[in-house]
Amino acid sequence: MSMDVEILEDPKHHRYVLNMGPQHPSTHGVLRVLLELEGEYAMELLPVLGYGHRCHEKIAEHKPVKSFMPNTARMDYLGALIYNHGYAQLLERAAGIEVPERVEYIRVITSELNRIQSHLLWYGAYLLDLGAFTPIMYSFDDREHILDILEDVTGSRLTYCYFRVGGVSKDIDDKFVTSTRAFVKRLRSRFPMYEDLVNGNIILQKRLIDVGELTPHTCARYGITGPLLRGTGVAYDMRRAEPYSIYSKFDFEIPTGTKGDCMASFMVRFHELEQSLRIIEQALDGLPEGPIMAAKVPKKLKIPAGDYNSSVEAPRGELSYYLVSDGSDVPYRLKVRTPSYSNLSVVPEMCQGMLLSDVVSAMGALDLVIPEIDR
Amino acid sequence: MEIFYSLLPELIRMVVCAICGAVIVFGNALVMGYAERKLAGHIMFRPGPMEVGPHGIYQLVVDGLKLMGKQLVIPKNADKPLFMLAPLLAFGPVFVPLLVIPFSDKIQGFDHDIGLLVILALASINLLAILTGGWASNNKYSLFGAFRAVSQNVAYEIPMLLSLLSIVFMTNTFSLKGVVAAQSPVWFIIIQPLAFLIYLVALVAETNRAPFDLPEAESELTAGFHTEYSGMSFSLFVLGEYANMFIVCSVATVFFLGGSSGIPLPYFEYSGVIWFLLKVYALMFFLVWIRWTYPRTRFDQLMNFCWKYLIPFSLVNLLITVVMVKLL
Repeated sequence: MSMDVEILEDPKHHRYVLNMGPQHPSTHGVLRVLLELEGEYAMELLPVLGYGHRCHEKIAEHKPVKSFMPNTARMDYLGALIYNHGYAQLLERAAGIEVPERVEYIRVITSELNRIQSHLLWYGAYLLDLGAFTPIMYSFDDREHILDILEDVTGSRLTYCYFRVGGVSKDIDDKFVTSTRAFVKRLRSRFPMYEDLVNGNIILQKRLIDVGELTPHTCARYGITGPLLRGTGVAYDMRRAEPYSIYSKFDFEIPTGTKGDCMASFMVRFHELEQSLRIIEQALDGLPEGPIMAAKVPKKLKIPAGDYNSSVEAPRGELSYYLVSDGSDVPYRLKVRTPSYSNLSVVPEMCQGMLLSDVVSAMGALDLVIPEIDR
Repeated sequence: MEIFYSLLPELIRMVVCAICGAVIVFGNALVMGYAERKLAGHIMFRPGPMEVGPHGIYQLVVDGLKLMGKQLVIPKNADKPLFMLAPLLAFGPVFVPLLVIPFSDKIQGFDHDIGLLVILALASINLLAILTGGWASNNKYSLFGAFRAVSQNVAYEIPMLLSLLSIVFMTNTFSLKGVVAAQSPVWFIIIQPLAFLIYLVALVAETNRAPFDLPEAESELTAGFHTEYSGMSFSLFVLGEYANMFIVCSVATVFFLGGSSGIPLPYFEYSGVIWFLLKVYALMFFLVWIRWTYPRTRFDQLMNFCWKYLIPFSLVNLLITVVMVKLL
């Protein structure tokens, strides 16, 4: 690769190149990062992408809009339902379909469960990066309950394809409601344990505080969204900034940090678990009866010519779909703006001059999902 | 012939000692390997090995056989002689320190005036093995692991020695048996709590275990210095690590926890062994416990902690000890 040669031919002889990935325990997938090291300090970083590219956007241009739904789940396998949500919403906006209220409630409940699941996995995996082996087992224990709940209603455990244009594929039942309520109670009771075991640990705090500091300005330059941006003190969350679905009905806070370092985004994500639980509780309380599918959804969905946009808050930041239609049932162009891609782009600047261990903790704080970047 | 017969008891003694040493090294690795996996499992709310034998007790035997059957992969550009030498260097010297450790007042390979020096000198060879292995692998991650191991162990040997030295000043002997005898009324952990704490921290760093497992930090350095090792050459490193754990914990027991002293059990002459092993394995349990609880420290923090806190404190402790010994 030409980039490799460029970085290798650097005349600064006392530096050398370390190839981190594509098979490295802490890159969580097929991300490759070239590090130019001076001792243990990373002076230059270069993320190399493209090991898992599947041309999702190009595929979208070749099939009817409705059939693209399963692909959305394959982009971010941890936030599949939220990706479903964004896409379903896009098509509903474009075709002018009214969604029944019960559907919106179901979508919010399952999306928030999905978000909690994603955060729990990040929590365990991040601590694994930092060398704590045990918390991942605890968080997976909790996560397993969500997977069971969602499996009952959606039929799959990871890459859900549950939402449809104008509705959802299957109605939720009493079992779903009771087990979700039980899960909310259970996760609440686990928070003190996480606080004691992990968040208050002095080693963890020393590893995260003042590492990988970001400012709102840097975030704006790179288009960083999600918990990283909120860690710098900007309360920007698509659920509030541009309330979609029925999020405006619920009472929840947007956790923010102040310093923008790894600890800030760590705590933001941790507090978001509680906020998601609050939304789920309120949604379960107010769950209305009704149909789970909009009345008139044509089998062959033709999108009127024009540009359409839909943005949702994915676990890692702002997710946008941008559709350009020429009036047929196949999109002229579908652009997906995934949060991890923008978040990764800050790595060369954020990690410059860091110790190797800090590079690992800073990249872990980005919570990268590689298939979302290489889509 | 005369000389032979006069030396015969000593020869038999040596052979017995060697066999006992091997039994301890392998037995300890089996017990600790199994105990660590089981304990880690229970700490994580999972059962640990369960398949081979009742509660998976044969798991380690099966693993050992598997490792023995595996191909030894030597990387193409590795320094072959050094690459092969490193595991032997890690594993070979662990037998000798076992000779001078007093398992009870009657069971000891041989009591030497400089017993402590023998242990410390031979324990440091392990470091050389890590450096050799890391260098010879010709892998950047291995090299990083080796560098980290060297700077870490060189740093932590100082507080370790200083804390033991304060005991040596009190007892006036390097002989381990003498140290055990000197704490017949009170254990030194009560008189020298600071030295014990310092030794305990240095011990974790010396054995390269979490939270100080930087030489093999797998989220940063894949597997650190043993990235390129496979099969038996890898397991020799592991055997050496467990044996080293046993040795440093034995030293802690001898110097701070009263060695083999304890309530004598009825009808059993060698009850000291039981007490000794109980104390050693209690310390080892502690090591396993913290390994599966804490995250890893960062390298500069680790070094700062040693040079800025442990060494000054151990020097102060040594100074106080010396003054007190002189006065009393």
